[in-house]
Amino acid sequence: MTPVLSVENLSVSMTNRDGDLVPVLENLSFNIDKGRTIALVGESGCGKSMTALAIMRLLPEGFVITGGRIVLDGEDLLAARPKRMRALRGDAMSMVFQEPMTALNPLYTVGDQIAEVLYYHRRLSRKDAAEQAVQFLKAVQIPAAEQRAKAYPHQMSGGMRQRVMIAMALACRPKLLIADEPTTALDVTVQAQIFDLLAQLQDETETAIVLITHDLGAVAELADEIAVLYAGRCIETGPAHEIAARPRHPYTRGLLGCVPHLAVGVAKPEVWTDLGEIPGMVPGLGNRGPDCAFLARCANASELCRSKPQPPLGHVEAGHAVSCWRAEEIAA
Amino acid sequence: MSTMESRLAMAQKPVPAVTKVPKAVSPARAALRQFMKSPSGVAGAVLLLVLIAGTIFGPWLHPVDPLDIVGMPFAPPDADALFGTDYLGRDVLAGLIYGGRATLTVGAVAALITIVIGVTVGALAGFFGGWVDALLVKISEFFQVLPPLLFAMVLVTLFGPKLSTITVAIGAVSWTSAARLTRAEFMRLRDLDFIKASRAAGAGNLHLILRVVLPNALPPIIVSATLAIGTAILFEGGLSFLGLGDPNTMSWGLMIGQNRNYVLDAWWAVTFPGAAIFLAVLAVSLVGDGVNDAVNPRLRRR
Amino acid sequence: MALLTHLFGKFANAVVLLLAVLVMNFCLIHLAPGDPVQVIAGEMGGASPEVIAALRAKYGLDHSLLEQLFTYLGKVVHGDFGYSYYFNQPVLGLILQRLPATLYLAAASLVIAVLIGTVLGVISARRPNGLLSHGVTVLALAGHAAPIFWTGLLLLLLFGSVWPILPVSGMTDVVDPKTGLAYAADVAKHLVLPSITLGLVFVAQYSRLARVNMIDVLSADYIRTAHAKGLPERVVLVKHALRNTLIPIVTVVGLQFGNLFAGAVLVETVYSWPGMGRLVFDSILRRDYPTLMGVLFFSAVMVIAANILTDLVYRLIDPRIRAGAR
Repeated sequence: MTPVLSVENLSVSMTNRDGDLVPVLENLSFNIDKGRTIALVGESGCGKSMTALAIMRLLPEGFVITGGRIVLDGEDLLAARPKRMRALRGDAMSMVFQEPMTALNPLYTVGDQIAEVLYYHRRLSRKDAAEQAVQFLKAVQIPAAEQRAKAYPHQMSGGMRQRVMIAMALACRPKLLIADEPTTALDVTVQAQIFDLLAQLQDETETAIVLITHDLGAVAELADEIAVLYAGRCIETGPAHEIAARPRHPYTRGLLGCVPHLAVGVAKPEVWTDLGEIPGMVPGLGNRGPDCAFLARCANASELCRSKPQPPLGHVEAGHAVSCWRAEEIAA
Repeated sequence: MSTMESRLAMAQKPVPAVTKVPKAVSPARAALRQFMKSPSGVAGAVLLLVLIAGTIFGPWLHPVDPLDIVGMPFAPPDADALFGTDYLGRDVLAGLIYGGRATLTVGAVAALITIVIGVTVGALAGFFGGWVDALLVKISEFFQVLPPLLFAMVLVTLFGPKLSTITVAIGAVSWTSAARLTRAEFMRLRDLDFIKASRAAGAGNLHLILRVVLPNALPPIIVSATLAIGTAILFEGGLSFLGLGDPNTMSWGLMIGQNRNYVLDAWWAVTFPGAAIFLAVLAVSLVGDGVNDAVNPRLRRR
Repeated sequence: MALLTHLFGKFANAVVLLLAVLVMNFCLIHLAPGDPVQVIAGEMGGASPEVIAALRAKYGLDHSLLEQLFTYLGKVVHGDFGYSYYFNQPVLGLILQRLPATLYLAAASLVIAVLIGTVLGVISARRPNGLLSHGVTVLALAGHAAPIFWTGLLLLLLFGSVWPILPVSGMTDVVDPKTGLAYAADVAKHLVLPSITLGLVFVAQYSRLARVNMIDVLSADYIRTAHAKGLPERVVLVKHALRNTLIPIVTVVGLQFGNLFAGAVLVETVYSWPGMGRLVFDSILRRDYPTLMGVLFFSAVMVIAANILTDLVYRLIDPRIRAGAR
């Protein structure tokens, strides 16, 4: 089966003030199949959102894709013309953003903003599109959908708006849905509801989901695969349960250490040293050398790590790869 | 008009917090250094200095009384009269030199009056809030209902076209925007911690307003003052153009007003004074933009 | 209902403000140097002793100031804004006669300013460092710095003698008067130069404002959403960006109506446009105070009306205001 989305060696750079290219994302690769979910995990500034925008070909000004391939259902997106990209966006692939408070246009009703997707992609009449919009509001479990369709974004809560965003993104039954921190701006209780909703809608539509988050614990349940990003590099990737149970990279372990309780039901192995919060910060753009980007913050760093460049992703088990010189020792 | 106020607040970018500067450099010097980096600001400053120097030193180079008749009316620009003569045969160049003195002085003094009234009203309203604010906002609202130029015309017509009347009239009608700006700044600053700290330390209201809040509110006020000079120069021109200039003092506006009916016979008699006003206002605006960039670094990209 | 209550509040506020304008008018007349009778009659209004005696009686000038104020206000309430001895007409009639011409001019200039200003601003915002963007910046500076009467005179010079293709004076062709449609066309032709002159100042301002706002709006999250939805570029720009950009422009249009009116006074003087501005000029020349005061009062009425209108337009554009959430 060909994957819905295949990202191969994707690299993104930013033009800095002096006109030089600074790498933001380096050699990222992942595949995702129909009905499956991959979570891209990492702290802010690690390149997650840029990956999402690169796939949508909506990178902000100053950011350029410097290499790699993005293939959606057999179609090379980097070779697609702008017109073709517009046809794909919102139809074959769509996106839910982090900030539901600002991601909706304040001047139009939510019904209108959902309907216009159908109007432009499906060529429905205004009236049919409006009726469909109400159906989608029902599908994302918004009560009194008929009335809510006539409401403006400012009249809704953050959770409601995010549901609207999801309805909008799924209106054309896309093959791929990218959700960029869809719950970060929401209350904890609402977060769980949104994740449940996404899971449920995925069962119905078989949409492949790229879920972007900084909260590894929250997605361990929802995701099938996890790719951990650090400073623009993928440092660990594999099946979600495997990574949650046996994280190899010190950074991944740190991320899991930050999570209060794991929802996957695997007890925390005794041998783990509880890292708590990882001290330090992601190195800034342009301050990333060839050596391991996590070196400065790593509690397990050895002379070996300091003397060599960042290792390539190496398979430790089937489907589980990690970029760490000491992966074998840490696993032991 | 509170909706107007809030709308304006939406229309204008929020004024960024006070610029942080390295310790060793005084804010004024840092701002000056920043200003020197703005090519248009420096160009404006140079242009303004040239105009001012022209009105100060001009009479030495060109000692002609602007009210004297020196030749035939409507003499085109030539070697005798570099910029030609007007409808009475007066020298246009002399008019430009002496007229500049009046126009630029009116501009500067009227802007000063504008700012003094505006800052006083805005500071009191913003600092005290409550009924003081309500009352002063109501008064500003009243002044905003009257078109400033028209109001100034009525004042000058009633009280007579003297340079002093014109200056005061311009200042008296155009202070509302400075007041609005100052009020917003004071309201923002009033609740900041360091102001509260001064208040807690027992500082009196007058001390707080003048020594603590005002210095921090200065950057936008300075910008607004620069722009007020330009507006005042245009107002002086407009009033003189309508025949409300002081007939005993040559000014750029007066030259245009007196010669406008003969524009088809003698283009030079209105074109040059108009260009002088244009250049003066342009220079002041450029300086204003440069100052704005210097004191509001975050807005520099615009 | 909320709208009605809101409008009622606006009207009540307007009445208070207009009363204040009248009180100020009254005070100004009495503060001005010279006998108020002279002021009311106008210095050159041919004030014969009989007229002066009649005026004293009419305005009760022998009574206390407070009584005089109420007499004055009473007259105004009944539509009596005084009598222009120079024009030999009641002030109210004089102003109403001139009002349409000024409204044509103001409306035409406003349309030019908002349309061209917004279009220039929006187009240039798409390339913030492009040629057009710099052009807009220069235009904004030049438009602000050029005295409107000077621009007017230069255009008059250009179209009056160098390239005479447009009428430069008056509102109609007096030599060859027209009727019906031809009349409207004639007026429109005469309107071209005055409205462009007046509009140019505001084109400069609005294009700069539109540009800055459009740049802001284009970087808003909801614009990214609109792109992510795959909407056509045109729909993103016009439906999602432009309407948001218009909000601050509408605000400024409302705030600046007074300046538009004052600009009209200057432009009408340049092109002998027979509106209220021209009336102001003539009254200044003749020291015709009643007319001048009347015009000042009516300009306040127009500014307030413009503010209320702006408020309504604003509500139409922005649902957040409609819902009462400011």
